[in-house]
Amino acid sequence: MVKTGQERWTYELTRKAYGETLVELGHENPRVVVLDADLSESTLTKFFRDEFPDRFFEMGIAEQDMVGTAAGLALQGFIPYLSSYAIFITGRAFDQCRQDVDYMRTNVKLAAAHGGISVGKDGPTHQSMEDLACMCACTNMKVLVPADYHETIKAVRWASEYDGPVYFRLGREKVPMVTEESTPFEMGKGHIFIDGPDGTIIACGLMLSEAIEAREILEEEHGIKPRIVNMPFLKPIDEEMIIRCAKENGPIVTAEEHQIYGGFGSIIARVVAENHPVPMRIVGIPNMYLSSGDPYDLLEIAGLTGRNIAAKLREILS
Amino acid sequence: MARTIRRDVIMQTYSAKSGHPGGPLSAADYLTAVYFNYMRIDPNKPHVEPRDWFIMSNGHCSALSYALLARRGFFPPGYLLTFRSTGSGLEGHPNRHKTPGVDVSAGSLGHGMAIAQGLALGTKLRGLDQRVYINLGDGELQEGSCWEGIMAAAHYKSDNILATVDYNDVQIDGRMHNVMDLRPLDGKFAAFGWKVFEGEGHDMKEVLRLLDRAHGAMGKGQPVVILFHTVMMKGVESYEDDHLWHGKPLASDELCQTALKELGYDQTPQQAVESYGDLDTARREYHELMGWPIP
Repeated sequence: MVKTGQERWTYELTRKAYGETLVELGHENPRVVVLDADLSESTLTKFFRDEFPDRFFEMGIAEQDMVGTAAGLALQGFIPYLSSYAIFITGRAFDQCRQDVDYMRTNVKLAAAHGGISVGKDGPTHQSMEDLACMCACTNMKVLVPADYHETIKAVRWASEYDGPVYFRLGREKVPMVTEESTPFEMGKGHIFIDGPDGTIIACGLMLSEAIEAREILEEEHGIKPRIVNMPFLKPIDEEMIIRCAKENGPIVTAEEHQIYGGFGSIIARVVAENHPVPMRIVGIPNMYLSSGDPYDLLEIAGLTGRNIAAKLREILS
Repeated sequence: MARTIRRDVIMQTYSAKSGHPGGPLSAADYLTAVYFNYMRIDPNKPHVEPRDWFIMSNGHCSALSYALLARRGFFPPGYLLTFRSTGSGLEGHPNRHKTPGVDVSAGSLGHGMAIAQGLALGTKLRGLDQRVYINLGDGELQEGSCWEGIMAAAHYKSDNILATVDYNDVQIDGRMHNVMDLRPLDGKFAAFGWKVFEGEGHDMKEVLRLLDRAHGAMGKGQPVVILFHTVMMKGVESYEDDHLWHGKPLASDELCQTALKELGYDQTPQQAVESYGDLDTARREYHELMGWPIP
């Protein structure tokens, strides 16, 4: 029997990686500043606040103002990281994200905590399943979903070096530690996490661990060995890798913790359709609001599990 | 100078057959004073610091920004007649990447105050002496996000911000106090912790007196605002104080002729256009300034 969940992985918070890395960056680069909207205890920007009180700006419960203020700080040459929950940054303050950050190309880093439905018990008002579609539709924005603790550290560091608007997601829950310090990370690049000849599963964020579980289920139960690709960047998307997988391995399943309309799968499907059409399945939230509940129950209800990913790949392999 | 600026606004909307003349004419007097008497900027070195910043938060007053910048020496006034045309750097709403001297892109209302606040915080972190000027429309203040910024500026004691409000009581759908009454604006700003000045926005002596007093109040722990009572389309008597002119350009020869006459110019629209010189030359100079391919 394939081990999954708690039996299989050690877990850690991506927002912890965010908070800790900000402190390191704060020491290395005096231009790094941090803003929060009354959630620093939750987004863990409090680590930075306590270390660098002069470079931390508490903006109160006013996300629109926080985004605009960050843009102003960026115009002054600073590198502002701002945090709130994903749904509030991209929902409440979309206009500011578009006009003041994306259109003006200000060097603002939108660090969106509590992304996806694994927020759990707060319910749909706090779950974010539209944020990636909103941000990918912005022209200059770079958009990524780190898979776990180590990848979040790399993402936060990379964002400080890249000059321009960045959106990245953090989760609420501890998530499986799947990648390692040595795992490759490059803007706009996916990489083959585990190779195999039977189709491809391309995943981002928390779904990478589910994709790995899917592979283990497929291998043990059916002798099927798909390739697993970790693709943290939704924008720019790694077209080369997607086309290569389509050509070499045929069928593709994508997995994301996001609404299927306009998300990761849609972006990959466009690349596949335009370049090398192969059968595809998109595993994501099937146009439904979830509810309050245990995060992993909600993922199960939405079909965001290794077992469902495995089933979808079998559908198109046969 | 304010009269020249007004004609520039009229001629931009005449050339473009599009754009907003009303707000620019109402804010023309006090912003001419701000740009020519107070702002520490150098058109030859727009990015050399310290220097003051300006945000036209009501970005539909772009024609006024462009006129002020051109007359202040940032680019050739002849280029103004490309306003809103395809490929022009003078977009319908200001774009900081396309117009020399435009510090902040704007258009969607209610954004400027937050950006001003970020600039003010940045100035203080850097230990520089820079003022942040921001112009707001009175109707714009109906956007809730303005008040988030107004709250934050007072909280952070951003006393290097000077806001001006174009208080003409006119917006697209009619009188501001009928559309969505914001009065009393002075009381609202004061309750939020701002130092408030209020007065007439067209009598240049009064405008300069208010601006002097407001500058004197800066650096004392409070952001400062001046509520300038103004008249939409001021200077063109036949069209003054009429909300129809908020976003209606002086598109026809007849409308433009009336406006020029009432501004005191004895010119036909065609003569006025010719007075801006050769457009191709202006375009070439502008492209050189921006480092764009020469047309």
